[in-house]
Amino acid sequence: MSVLANLVIVALLVLGGGFALIGSWGLVRLPSTMERLHGPTKATTLGLGALLLASVVHFQARLGIWTAHELLISLFLFITAPISANMIAKVHLHRTRAGADGEHDGIAGRPQRPGGDADWATFEAPKRGTPASTASD
Amino acid sequence: MIGIALHLAAGCIAVALVLNLWRLLRGPALGDRILALDTMVINAIALIVLIGMIGGTDSYFEAALLLAMVGFVSTIAYCKFILRGDIVE
Repeated sequence: MSVLANLVIVALLVLGGGFALIGSWGLVRLPSTMERLHGPTKATTLGLGALLLASVVHFQARLGIWTAHELLISLFLFITAPISANMIAKVHLHRTRAGADGEHDGIAGRPQRPGGDADWATFEAPKRGTPASTASD
Repeated sequence: MIGIALHLAAGCIAVALVLNLWRLLRGPALGDRILALDTMVINAIALIVLIGMIGGTDSYFEAALLLAMVGFVSTIAYCKFILRGDIVE
């Protein structure tokens, strides 16, 4: 195994482990739910991408085979991470509107409801005048 | 050198899993718990990949790929259940 491949693998491993740890540390440390979404969806996904890249280089240098599974996993993960973050944010807004989660949001306070005819589109129709409308009355 | 880096990365992932578990137990909002579970799945994938690299076999990646797909589907299903009260409408 060449020295360059060794260095690349070590750098990617340290980077990946560090980013995964930072993401989870952010999940614990940040004050409110909407801020906590940043840690796992950005840092942890990037860390796992670096680990998978390290795995590709490792198997190429050690066994001389190119493996594509890792790229498949990272592609799938990079596509799905924003979608699940969006769904979790929707759940948080929905529960906040329903009053199910207490007054736990941090420095910025609870998310502001949009004014006028608008509302969050989490569960019911946000426009006034439609059935099941929850627009501000 | 690679062995040290592999075990260092595995240690980082282990600490990250403990931090996720703390957030999962602590809450406070339901969104936090779903997020903690989602992150735990991602970290479990990372751990499986690292175990595959330490063992030198590439037969762990099917498990990692399956876990990536199932973890995403379960997160979306839980979120849909909270939002709609029903998963398949």
